Amino acid sequence: MLITELKSKDVIESLISGKSFIINCHGCMEVRFPEKEADALEKDLVQAGKVTGIVTTDYICNPDNLKLQLKNHAEEIDAADSILVFSCGVGVQTAADLYPDKPVYAACDTIRLPGYQGVTPLETDCGQCGTCYLNLTGGICPITACSKSLVNGQCGGAKNGMCEVDPEMECGWERIYRRLKALGRLDAMRCPTQLHNFATDEATRECKES
Amino acid sequence: MKITELFKQGEFVVSAEVGPPKGFHIEEMVESAKKYLSKVDAINVTDCQSSVMRIGSLAVCKTLKDAGLNPIFQLACRDRNRIALESDLLSAALFGIDNVLALTGDHTKLGDHPDAKPVFDLDSVSLLHTMCLLEQGKDLGGNDLVGEPPKFAKGAVVSPCSDSVDAQLMKMERKVAAGAEYFQTQAVFEPEKFIKFMEQAKQFGKPVMLGIIIPKSVGMCKFMNNNVAGISVPDSMLDELRADKEKTKAGVTGVEIAARIIRECRPYCQGVHIMSLGWEDKIPELLEKAEIR
Ligand code: SF4
Ligand code: SF4
Repeated sequence: MLITELKSKDVIESLISGKSFIINCHGCMEVRFPEKEADALEKDLVQAGKVTGIVTTDYICNPDNLKLQLKNHAEEIDAADSILVFSCGVGVQTAADLYPDKPVYAACDTIRLPGYQGVTPLETDCGQCGTCYLNLTGGICPITACSKSLVNGQCGGAKNGMCEVDPEMECGWERIYRRLKALGRLDAMRCPTQLHNFATDEATRECKES
Repeated sequence: MKITELFKQGEFVVSAEVGPPKGFHIEEMVESAKKYLSKVDAINVTDCQSSVMRIGSLAVCKTLKDAGLNPIFQLACRDRNRIALESDLLSAALFGIDNVLALTGDHTKLGDHPDAKPVFDLDSVSLLHTMCLLEQGKDLGGNDLVGEPPKFAKGAVVSPCSDSVDAQLMKMERKVAAGAEYFQTQAVFEPEKFIKFMEQAKQFGKPVMLGIIIPKSVGMCKFMNNNVAGISVPDSMLDELRADKEKTKAGVTGVEIAARIIRECRPYCQGVHIMSLGWEDKIPELLEKAEIR
């Protein structure tokens, strides 16, 4: 089971300037999704006129499936300045890969529950770190795409764009830099210094019991 | 003595580097530092460089300081979590070691203990941030320090000839925002690239020390070209090293090349950092040829 927790309302509201298209993933049974809280928040956003459309579906971590689900929403997505995704980190990354020209934001944090690794398809991975960084990194996960799981930009080790640890792997932070640059969002890298919170890596008792 | 004071006085600052051995007998290293590095302003002590286990940087810094030299404590985030990093910074303050260079560190897999756990609890940026907090009398847990807070000259590194120099500049900006007061660079073999980099980097208003490695041989340069990030030795330099094998072996060609790079880059930077990789004895001659000392 993967556990997602909603980011705070302030954080989510601060992400979307203008209008947003919303994707909800009620995907795998194994994922605990804060459905009620998400619903309430989305209603508020709709009322404030900030939403161009909502799609609620499953398994958005599968890119082909996601494409299919979004087929009839092209106009709504076009009209939106950003895409807000309520899912685990893998779903957000899949959406971000699909829309490299539009900011794709994570509305949830994904938390680890020992024993379960998630239904992780393809090469996209979420380390369930508990403090989702995707909104600062153009939708590429620094925890899994960087060999050192760095959260403040790249180390000096990449050579010809490849990671110092694994020459077969592209440096995750160079990918993040390119993605943010293409989106015109390099300012995201001027955020305050990030400290990885290892206390949120573990699911809280409250989460486990529910 | 804080290296930042020298920048303030407008000096062209020179630092060199020593690599502690795998073992605790450092007498020879200290003697060689006293003999050849007496004219440099500060000496970096590497912190298990390239993820190879050696005697600790802090202990060697203290020994150099007791010998009348001015050490820069290199502190990498690979081997310690935030508690140990903060604690070592306080230990440094106790010893009067006030120059610290914040590094993320190479991955453990690249070194001689590839099975070790890579820590990276913090990184170079959050380590600089941590130093600033300690200077304000607080730790990362939000607790107060006892007594007068420590003060450090906070250094960081940047790679001017990297193949992704824009991303490097962005990282440099983050380090400045997090508290970096001066920079040492990865070794430069392409002055044009360095000069171009400095055109951009000067906007941050922080002193930059040109990184220099004395090229020892063609083999060494080829190795660096293939394996070391941010270094590419141009073919023309390889030819220079090939031209006279005896001269190269004696280190004369390498010193000539390094001195030339320093002379070319000097107008654009505030100091030079020499990574001699065992050729400490060539440093006095290099400084003379580069017309610095
Ligand atoms: S930053 Fe990565 S590991 Fe953390 S929640 Fe987001 S996708 Fe998962
Ligand atoms: S080279 Fe890139 S991916 Fe590899 S550890 Fe450094 S920043 Fe991370």
